[in-house]
Amino acid sequence: MKYAPALFGAAALLAWEAAVRIADVPSYLVPGPAAIIAAFVADPAGLLWSLGSTLLVTFAALLVAATLGVVLAVAIASSRLLAAAIQPWAVVLQVTPIVAIAPLIIVWVGNPFASLVVCATIVAFFPVFANTAAGLASAPAELADMFRLYGAGRFTTLRLLRLPAALPYFLAGLRISGGLALVGAVVAEFVAGSGGFASGLAYRILEAGYRLQVPRMFAALVLLSLAGIAINFGLGTFAAAVMRRRGDA
Amino acid sequence: MTLVMLQLTSVGRRFGAVEALRDVSLTIGAGDFVALLGPSGCGKSTLLRLIAGLDQPDTGRVIWEAGHQPKPGEIGFVFQDATLLPWATATDNVFLPLRIAGIPRDQAMPQVNRALHRVGLDGFEAARPRQLSGGMRMRVSIARALVTRPRLLLMDEPFAALDEFTRHKLQEDLLSLWQELGCTVIFVTHSIYEAAFLARHIVLMTPRPGRIDHEIASPLHPGAPARLDPAYATLVAQVTREMQRALTA
Repeated sequence: MKYAPALFGAAALLAWEAAVRIADVPSYLVPGPAAIIAAFVADPAGLLWSLGSTLLVTFAALLVAATLGVVLAVAIASSRLLAAAIQPWAVVLQVTPIVAIAPLIIVWVGNPFASLVVCATIVAFFPVFANTAAGLASAPAELADMFRLYGAGRFTTLRLLRLPAALPYFLAGLRISGGLALVGAVVAEFVAGSGGFASGLAYRILEAGYRLQVPRMFAALVLLSLAGIAINFGLGTFAAAVMRRRGDA
Repeated sequence: MTLVMLQLTSVGRRFGAVEALRDVSLTIGAGDFVALLGPSGCGKSTLLRLIAGLDQPDTGRVIWEAGHQPKPGEIGFVFQDATLLPWATATDNVFLPLRIAGIPRDQAMPQVNRALHRVGLDGFEAARPRQLSGGMRMRVSIARALVTRPRLLLMDEPFAALDEFTRHKLQEDLLSLWQELGCTVIFVTHSIYEAAFLARHIVLMTPRPGRIDHEIASPLHPGAPARLDPAYATLVAQVTREMQRALTA
């Protein structure tokens, strides 16, 4: 059972390679796994450098989204007025397609790295914000009553009850936001790349597409997928470790 | 003559269209063990919350001895569920009221350990709630309520969710604690047997809107043998008769 995903993946790759060879499909149309590996081996440094650039944007955006998400979630948990003021705008931010506003952000922000981080942050922000807000509200009413009974102020209740109660929610939101930060970074890179700057994997995909280097395009795509899987796995492991350390698992 | 701890005068509480309490007047003597007995929804828990200061009456007043409003820690509250912090050990859960009061951990530990010892939880100091049985979780909750040495202990159907053997044992232990500590206890229950076994005074409440129907003084000497005392059976029969009359009145 444990090896089922790996076995299925290996079988699919073998079938893909066999189908491409048997049908003699040209590699500029659909490259087989062997051609994709060959394209990666031909220029590993270039692709890995671009992956590093994309990951830098991803993690910077994730850090900003997590910080902003927690701060705003605490703000709306502390004040009904702030909740009424902030929540609708958070939803607006979530439903606005980043592709539509990325060109504006790139123009307004100016600095290429900062503009990519802003775009990726907008995409990654909502899950960590919404989850943390739900977590802060999840503390049982009776426990909140007990804190009141013992004279705890808002800050003490936040520190000893609401924030610890929100931790599993925050970690679940962070895991979702991790994947979305990568998606946001790639989307922003596509927009920025077409504007002629940045060096992330999305730009490599665009570049390879223009040059009809389809195996290299696929190699960049595979790296992106592997990065997404690694981020998801890494944040899942991090969440499990934090919960285990706290004694929840 | 027993000193008066608190008085309720013509207390009423309404939640929208629902009148929970009407014209409740009650005097609680210092050191007494009072059971508030009535059917579900008759306002017993609401009355307890009003006494704790977690809610305010619409009409009437809660008057404390010599106008002395209790300070944080002078009232202990045990809820129907143990309502423990799931991420904290038994020690940390019991330490919580003292932590809120700003008492340093090392200074509070003798008090915390004494409270855990009193409820028979020696050896379980490091256990988290999920590692404890329902009865043990309730013991932690009682220890937490006792750790501040409250003058008044409010208990809202604390044993209702426990099996009968555990319930009997906890009832006996509670009586021992009450005799040892000398605090006043107001105990909400809908079990006639529980009220008859535990209380020095049984206060019968009518169905909604909750009113005080009748008060019965217990002739029993509190303690474990009371269950086999013929006077206990007589008291249960008397309370049952009065309760039936109150329900049909």
